[in-house]
Amino acid sequence: MESISDFLVYSVQEGLLFAILALGVFITFRCLNFPDLTVDGSYPLGAAVFAFMTYRGFGPFVGMAAAFIAGALAGLMTGALNTFSKIPALLSGILTMICLYSINLRIMGRPNISLSENLGHHTVFSLLKNAFSGVPETYLRLIFLMGLVLLLKGLLDLFLHTEIGLAIRATGDSESLVEVQGINPDKTKLIGVAVSNALVALSGAMFAQYQGFVDINMGIGMVVAGLASVIVGEVLVRGRNILFMTLQVVLGAVVYRMATAIALNWGYRIGFKPYDLKLFTGLLVIFILSFPVIKEKMKGLK
Amino acid sequence: MLTLEKVNKYFFRNTLDERWAIRNLDLRVQGGEFITIVGSNGAGKTTVLNLISGNFFPDSGRVFINSEEVTKYPAFRRAHYLGRVFQNTYQGTAASLTIEENFAIAFRKGKPRGLRIAINDSMRKRFKTKLSEVGLGLENRLRDRVGLLSGGQRQALALLMATIGDPKVLLLDEHTANLDPKTAEKIMDLTNQLIRNDHLTALMITHDLSEALNFGTRTLMMDGGEIVLDISGEGRKKLTIPELLDRFSETRHKQFAEDRALLSTAKK
Repeated sequence: MESISDFLVYSVQEGLLFAILALGVFITFRCLNFPDLTVDGSYPLGAAVFAFMTYRGFGPFVGMAAAFIAGALAGLMTGALNTFSKIPALLSGILTMICLYSINLRIMGRPNISLSENLGHHTVFSLLKNAFSGVPETYLRLIFLMGLVLLLKGLLDLFLHTEIGLAIRATGDSESLVEVQGINPDKTKLIGVAVSNALVALSGAMFAQYQGFVDINMGIGMVVAGLASVIVGEVLVRGRNILFMTLQVVLGAVVYRMATAIALNWGYRIGFKPYDLKLFTGLLVIFILSFPVIKEKMKGLK
Repeated sequence: MLTLEKVNKYFFRNTLDERWAIRNLDLRVQGGEFITIVGSNGAGKTTVLNLISGNFFPDSGRVFINSEEVTKYPAFRRAHYLGRVFQNTYQGTAASLTIEENFAIAFRKGKPRGLRIAINDSMRKRFKTKLSEVGLGLENRLRDRVGLLSGGQRQALALLMATIGDPKVLLLDEHTANLDPKTAEKIMDLTNQLIRNDHLTALMITHDLSEALNFGTRTLMMDGGEIVLDISGEGRKKLTIPELLDRFSETRHKQFAEDRALLSTAKK
């Protein structure tokens, strides 16, 4: 078995990959109040588009940019279903997600693809390894991911403080307010859902590079995992301004990933199997969401 | 300033539940008028405001604001002409945003919104001055989230936000109804002060008949989607609540049925 420090480093790395997805989920669920289930489709979409670009000889940065744009387009589709066709948000996301399953398979050509240096594929991680050959690879990855997540968090913080950003956040509070202030709420929803899914797809592209392969089913349960990160973060850190809230999301993602890694690593002692992970995540979210209600009820009984 | 021309509005049109909510309504509002609107539930008061704001579109008839026809404009496209405060104190402000962020949103009304950072120091100063004028102690809480404020404070903020961009017409939909009497009085005074100082044209729905007569320059009474009484000038100044109710039953051959109105009248 690996040492505790290795374990920590790996779960923090994966947590940071998750944080990108969780920041996207944060925009829809917390800012826009738009429960967007596109995530389960846009996450593998990002990975699929990245692999597609790699197999056509493009470098990893082009692939990541393409994944980001593809995610934004997926978000626009969900947004348009909701704002133009007036389909409820939940159903809009589900429809896009199901369409994306086939689209992702089309892009990939088969259900799983490997990305490997032996095949001449480059990822940001392999580029890093070649550039800084003296530094241990795990630490390179960790530092790079920390930098990337902080950069994305900072950009998102800035975006949410711009004129458009404020309008997006206000849309989640009161659509009537937004309208009387001359903002088209359809537009803010479209932009918000697009940015959200762009981040989710980027997260998918990063994870594909990290694990070295893309699998058509890698998106299953991702929206719940993202939501778990968001609410775990809210339990961990108090603070209601945007800088704090996005920090909550990042920390929440890391802690959530650690919790799942602990369950996977040592859970076998209590009979935990890898396929129990989704159940674990589901129960975790159910527990955190129900806890305040249960606490209130208990108070009432006393 | 504001004209409604032969406006009709149906709800659930061509179904068994069809309701003719607004019937051939004509309304001409001059600049600087402050109109109070009373009427029982379902009389069409809020529907009229929604037709003006663009939240509803008329089935026939036309709407003009500042002599521009806006009949088919969606709400956000005519927002720069209008300010609006709602009854629900959570509707007119964004609760998860700070006071200054709320102001910043109102500040950009009618202008394009881009990727500029929304608030700068000169704006902050303006918001502070504006808030200190109303004397609610909010000028030192610019970075507090609006969700932390009381209903009265939120409503005061909503009023300031609605009037910050010099709207042509201010729409008030029972904006003091969810507040306790003392706070309601304060907000009403603030409303009056803002309308006077900025020479605003305003339409205010209220269920309080004494409020309807004491404030403003003209009173409309609505019933069944029509304006049944339209009183202004000297005649309005002398009018008492019992006389108003008498005139209603004379015209409509029925009693004015609005429990809340009668209750609040009985109190006074």
